[in-house]
Amino acid sequence: MKHLISAADLSLDEILSILDTAEEMSVVNDRDVKKLPTLRGKTVVNLFFEDSTRTRISFEVAAKRLSADVINFSAKGSSVSKGESLKDTAQTLEAMGAQALIVRHHASGAAHNLANSGWISSHIINAGDGKHEHPTQALLDAFTMRKRIHGSHSRGKSLDGLKVLIVGDVLHSRVARSNLLLLRSLGAEVRLAAPATLLPANPNFLGASYYLGLDDAIDEFHPDVVMMLRVQLERMSASFFPTAREYSRGWGLSAERLARLSENAIVMHPGPMNRGLEISSEAADSAQSTVLEQVANGISVRMSVLYHLMSGETRE
Amino acid sequence: MSTRTVLSSEDIDRAITRIAHQIIEANHGTSNLVLLGIPTRGVVLANRIARAIANNYPDFDPSNSVGRLDITMYRDDLDRKPTRAVTETELPAKGITDQTLVLVDDVLFSGRTIRAALDALTEYGRPRAVKLAVLIDRGHRELPIRADFVGKNLPSSRDERINVQLTESDAENQVVIES
Amino acid sequence: MNYQLVLKNTNLGDGTTVDIAIEQETIVAIDTGLSGEVEIECRGLIALPGFVDLHTHLREPGFEASETVLTGSRAAAKGGYTAIHPMANTNPVADTAGVVEQVKALGDAAGYVDVFPIGAVTVDLGGVQLAELGAMADSKAKVRVFSDDGKCVSDPLMMRRALEYVKKFDGVIAQHAQDPRLTEGAQMNEGQVSAQLGLTGWPGVAEESIIARDVMLAETLDSRIHICHLSTARSVEIVRWAKQRGIRVTAEVTPHHLLLTDELARTYDPVYKVNPPLRTEADVLALREALIDGTIDIIATDHAPHPAEAKECEWDAAAFGMVGLETAVSVAQLVLIDSGRSNWQRLAEVMSLNPAKIAADLGQGEAIKVGSTANLALVDPAVQREIVAVTESKSRNNPFAGMTLPGRVVHTIYRGRPTVLDGSIVEVAR
Repeated sequence: MKHLISAADLSLDEILSILDTAEEMSVVNDRDVKKLPTLRGKTVVNLFFEDSTRTRISFEVAAKRLSADVINFSAKGSSVSKGESLKDTAQTLEAMGAQALIVRHHASGAAHNLANSGWISSHIINAGDGKHEHPTQALLDAFTMRKRIHGSHSRGKSLDGLKVLIVGDVLHSRVARSNLLLLRSLGAEVRLAAPATLLPANPNFLGASYYLGLDDAIDEFHPDVVMMLRVQLERMSASFFPTAREYSRGWGLSAERLARLSENAIVMHPGPMNRGLEISSEAADSAQSTVLEQVANGISVRMSVLYHLMSGETRE
Repeated sequence: MSTRTVLSSEDIDRAITRIAHQIIEANHGTSNLVLLGIPTRGVVLANRIARAIANNYPDFDPSNSVGRLDITMYRDDLDRKPTRAVTETELPAKGITDQTLVLVDDVLFSGRTIRAALDALTEYGRPRAVKLAVLIDRGHRELPIRADFVGKNLPSSRDERINVQLTESDAENQVVIES
Repeated sequence: MNYQLVLKNTNLGDGTTVDIAIEQETIVAIDTGLSGEVEIECRGLIALPGFVDLHTHLREPGFEASETVLTGSRAAAKGGYTAIHPMANTNPVADTAGVVEQVKALGDAAGYVDVFPIGAVTVDLGGVQLAELGAMADSKAKVRVFSDDGKCVSDPLMMRRALEYVKKFDGVIAQHAQDPRLTEGAQMNEGQVSAQLGLTGWPGVAEESIIARDVMLAETLDSRIHICHLSTARSVEIVRWAKQRGIRVTAEVTPHHLLLTDELARTYDPVYKVNPPLRTEADVLALREALIDGTIDIIATDHAPHPAEAKECEWDAAAFGMVGLETAVSVAQLVLIDSGRSNWQRLAEVMSLNPAKIAADLGQGEAIKVGSTANLALVDPAVQREIVAVTESKSRNNPFAGMTLPGRVVHTIYRGRPTVLDGSIVEVAR
């Protein structure tokens, strides 16, 4: 594995290998000494063209726990804001010794471009590209589901038959895309619930069936996992939905809807949450919520991803 | 390629029994003794040695004295081999601090695996002493490491392959040399 | 007698092999056994009327790093063209008599093809105020085609005014059909691929709704309308319906929309980013059918050169457009001839006769006969060639690079003078 760009690039074996290794990383993260020497002497750059403090910190902690040197490069206040191209920025960072670039970019495909254009030879990890993908988020979500279901016996397990409902702004969501692809590889059945305005124009999106209302989805699908997506308020001004109140009424996970889920159902959210909009405090703070586990698991999964990409003989 | 059996199933059993005795003798008994196998076949051997000890010393409880130590993340050759899967590390509930710890592996060759194991151990505690038991010592050390308990010394050339097969993970119980 | 120039043993596309004799700018004899002071061997080559491109971007003035009138003219000659129509989206915009005359003068000075500038419909392509269409029509550039190409004349009232106003000099509005609100931030065809890639979709309806509106305006006003670069199956249906009603509409298709699909966007390589976007296989097939059956009148290249940095970047940041002057006839041959669906006569119509007629070009698009202007493209249909990105154009944003396409322009004769011989540019004496 040289790059991680899309969840679709990963075979089932590769996914399981990443998740199983992440199990061991989570053991390390529970130790007093939360450090491994694995990537000693290697340099990892967090190349963030978009603000995302939590994702950046998660990768930074993951890399440091593997003993890599971490450089944070934010587009703001850098030469990028003066019009430097993606190519020049990436080549400059590689010339400074970066072996892996963790890339967050507002343009879909930016990580793909860095991995495939021949501009640089570093490992590329897609930390979110526009409306395309965010594969480490999907991996940590899958890890979290597996852990909730199988506990300490998670190793080697897929998510066969698990029913996952993704709710909200699928159209603009890289989290939804990556999860759809990854969870399907793991054997889960994924369906969508969203206003039609926030589904891709071709409603048969990647073959997933969908509901236009959350109530129908809960009543007909009986999901084991409900994954709420963050709603960007600027979508409202662009008339994707009329008001926050109407969105919340139609697609928010209220206390009442939470109560209608099966009692073992898991409630997930990639964060940051808009409490009272797509998710109620009752749901966010319930025992069924995995929001904080997702954050903690993010570090373990990203350690595993860094290990899988940056160790192993280098082949060209 | 020629294949030659150097240890039969019976030879392996005898070697394990001998190593078990030597460990008890060196440790003056079974107290504070922990065996840690290095995956994959070191774990199998550690369990066999523990059973051999328990046969003679019923007060020895393998379930609280045997574990496994994955050393993958501590290797110094990660860039030279395909990415390895990381496996579980399981320590006995009593931990390793102040224990006499015996690392168990199938073949001692360059010594680099043991070096990585010693590094990994420091993250888990401070044993009173660390010993090394191996089924085969084939020479060619690259580090100042030696085994305390050896099933068989097997001088070999570098391009030969020593293949330890144990029924827990393989079809046969034997050690073969391929050249 | 010895003629000035004789093309020996050329195939007229109908199986007949003849010699074509040229004096000055005119074809003076078509027969066998003709001899000339200069003879060009054309055995195995198809003689076609010199191609006319109704949709070219030459980038001069303003963006000379991408292309100039000279380099674009050379690329055109290499592709068998003898006339091109540069679009108005230069800097300054070709919205005054001064700019179109300047571009025309640069074309004359280059000397490889006739350069007939297209004038802007609105000032600075702003869509707000009508440009001086009459002044451009009366200028030395004699503009007859007006377009805000790159932008749509989206304001229906502005479109109505323009369609009415050009009737005085039998002008035509070439519409870049793209509803701006439906395509805000659009990056590629809206469909399964855009959904998966997370690139903002450019829905076909944004094109179709404008075409539907404009053909009805043209009918109401009895004006001429030309639709640039049709890209969807439904656009074809609307044009077909309009033509059946007798509406004076003509339509063009680009070579890339005849050959390439939105699947190529999966590479995230901006060389495949173009406006309108590459569509689906079903659209490609509908466009081919329409070209064969006459619903679509012409192939126009929409040759849109861009410097490397405009394409060596993330997709969203990249410029729209691809070059196409030097590959157009190959795509035409693939679709019309090699498919077994049509013939060389139709290829001559869509590449030369029809565009010259739409633009009322003098001395262009004339059938090969005695008395016609000697504008000729001689094509070797038997060649299969691998397309390379480096060409006579200044730019290399070539989506066909690496593909193998049939046919090659061997010689181009522009007003009696070879501009390309044996596939190489003939330098114009200066």
